[in-house]
Amino acid sequence: MRKIIQFFTVAIIAFSASILSADIKPAVIYDMGGKFDKSFNESVYNGAQRFTKETGIKVMEFEVTNEAQREQGMRKMAQRGANVIVCVGFAQADACDKVAKEFPDTKFSIIDVGWLDNANMRQYVFNEHEGSFLVGALAAMASKTGKVGFVGGMDIPLIRKFACGYVQGAKAVNSKVEVYQNMTGTTPAAWNDPAKGSELAKSQFDRGADVVYAAAGGTGAGVYQAAADSGMLAIGVDSNQNYMHPGTMLTSMLKRVDLATYETFMDVKSGNFTSGVKVLGLAEDGVGWALDEHNESLITDVMKSTINGLSDKVKSGSIKVHDYMSDNNCPS
Amino acid sequence: MSDSNIIPKWLSVGVIPLLNLLLAFCVSGLFIFFIGENPFKAISVMIKGAFYYPGAIGYTLYYTTNFIFTGLAVALAFHARLFNIGGEGQAYIGGLGVGLTCLIFDQYLAGFLVTILAILGSVIFGAVWGIIPGYLQAKRGSHIVITTIMFNFIAAALMVYLLVNVIIEPGQMSPETRDFASGVGLVQIHMLAKYLGLNMAMSPLNLSFGIALIVSVGFWFLVWRTKFGYEVRSLGHSETAAIYAGIKVSYTIIIVMAISGGLAGLVAINELLGVHNKLLLGFTAGYGFTGIAVALMGRNHPFGIFLASLLFGALYQGGTELDFEFSSITREMVLLIQGLIILFSGALAYMLNPLVENIYIKYYGNYNNA
Repeated sequence: MRKIIQFFTVAIIAFSASILSADIKPAVIYDMGGKFDKSFNESVYNGAQRFTKETGIKVMEFEVTNEAQREQGMRKMAQRGANVIVCVGFAQADACDKVAKEFPDTKFSIIDVGWLDNANMRQYVFNEHEGSFLVGALAAMASKTGKVGFVGGMDIPLIRKFACGYVQGAKAVNSKVEVYQNMTGTTPAAWNDPAKGSELAKSQFDRGADVVYAAAGGTGAGVYQAAADSGMLAIGVDSNQNYMHPGTMLTSMLKRVDLATYETFMDVKSGNFTSGVKVLGLAEDGVGWALDEHNESLITDVMKSTINGLSDKVKSGSIKVHDYMSDNNCPS
Repeated sequence: MSDSNIIPKWLSVGVIPLLNLLLAFCVSGLFIFFIGENPFKAISVMIKGAFYYPGAIGYTLYYTTNFIFTGLAVALAFHARLFNIGGEGQAYIGGLGVGLTCLIFDQYLAGFLVTILAILGSVIFGAVWGIIPGYLQAKRGSHIVITTIMFNFIAAALMVYLLVNVIIEPGQMSPETRDFASGVGLVQIHMLAKYLGLNMAMSPLNLSFGIALIVSVGFWFLVWRTKFGYEVRSLGHSETAAIYAGIKVSYTIIIVMAISGGLAGLVAINELLGVHNKLLLGFTAGYGFTGIAVALMGRNHPFGIFLASLLFGALYQGGTELDFEFSSITREMVLLIQGLIILFSGALAYMLNPLVENIYIKYYGNYNNA
């Protein structure tokens, strides 16, 4: 009899434990860049880490190495009982869409995608143009030559959106500023080509630019290195990259994909998950600029107050930063 | 590719590859042990992940299909003593053949017709990408290793240009074409099973696997049962003897490279017609290069290539499972394990031969004198 009672207690404990742990099982599918790319994927990783730290719930992770693995990874996570899966980046849109339809009870959240339509999917779109606007203004203020540079990763509308916001920001504080723009390439390899990033940055320095903004994933590392070598200023992207070269990193344009990841997991945990498109801009703290101990010596009080003033105007809507992707066009 | 005759065949093609594999697993096990995981558990996850979990065998065979095609492509060239490193580029251009055929015809013709045309397209485009280096080798003496490597780069650059500027779906951020029309493509096996009333886990395995097996038999017939195959092997053994025997060397080289390129091009039917249903950048993912190791391990025989492909397919799929199961084993670690196996069974394939030969001779005497 005691054995039986014991058995039932164990069974009940095990059962309730499985219910508790079945409560939320989060998962992330990182893309080809890998979770330690110091930029986009790593920011997602930081968001997942923050969730784990605060709740003690482990996040299942997978890094894809070829095209077929995106779908495989997502399906596998769903089959393993993950009830919320974060898909990282627009390249995963098709796979995420397909698997979300196969598993209507699993929640999905995808970053940088706003064109899908599933009842169990949340889509995050960032107002990168607003964040780039602020760092553009900073660049123009920090520049002594009145010339600033932009190095993009892969030449796609999303990156032109960064560039367009940057140009508008620079012009907002100095209408005569010259902006040089270069894209690293036209394929995904452009996200991970620091050598070429360094070349492009140097050629912009040769033409007189003294501040350069890189929106190029892993390629950015080369741009920052080139700036540090030539004593010029560089602006980081996605994650706070100020620490990489203290003294020559003017600031970083923060794109809070970590927030999107964290928020998704938290909402599922508290039962507040909603589908649809979520737009994160300056007003939502989804984008912004980084100020920390590594760059505070570069930012003067005038710069700080100007940027905060611009930021408030963008938030209130009295300054409208044009979004390149709204009409595939950049006014200049 | 000289096979020593000191020991019986079952030792040189059966036992030695297994020993190599075992050695590779032991070294991998050491690495896994050093990062603080249980090597035996890891190996068991890898094997279960490749063959046992639902859908696992499907994924394994899907990778196997790619390796059979590229392995055969490399092996045929090896028989004529040509080192075709261009499998990657030939597969890529084969994909262009598939993509163009589908994009041009899928609005006008029935799905199965387009599919057949697309298969032909993959072979023809791949063959053209093999013929050019073949011609340069045969008529101009440009070394095939150099030209095929260069043609990989040309193929990659060409595909980037076309996918980014010409055939990209408008409004799409990734360099991909639009989806092929719904009737086009090779049926996936789990759909076929469903149609027959069986329940199979979803996997990308498709009819290309069957095509790969048929092509393997065709390969065996071509190389060992036809006049052309005899000429190819003669050429591989000695070019001067082949010339003396009246074999047209340049012609044979060009045809061998055409068939080799066509075989590599077939990777595209597995990837594009079987799985992705559109043409996309970088779908070859290094299968062409792995084909070299597959051919080496498979001793250039279709059956050996099948087994080697199965091994590599299992490594790819089992490696993925390893990444899922252990948070400490990252994809770089999986790559390391795969690399070790290639090292031991490919590059160091003959390392154990002297040892095994010595042991054999010590106990049984010289095999040839027996």
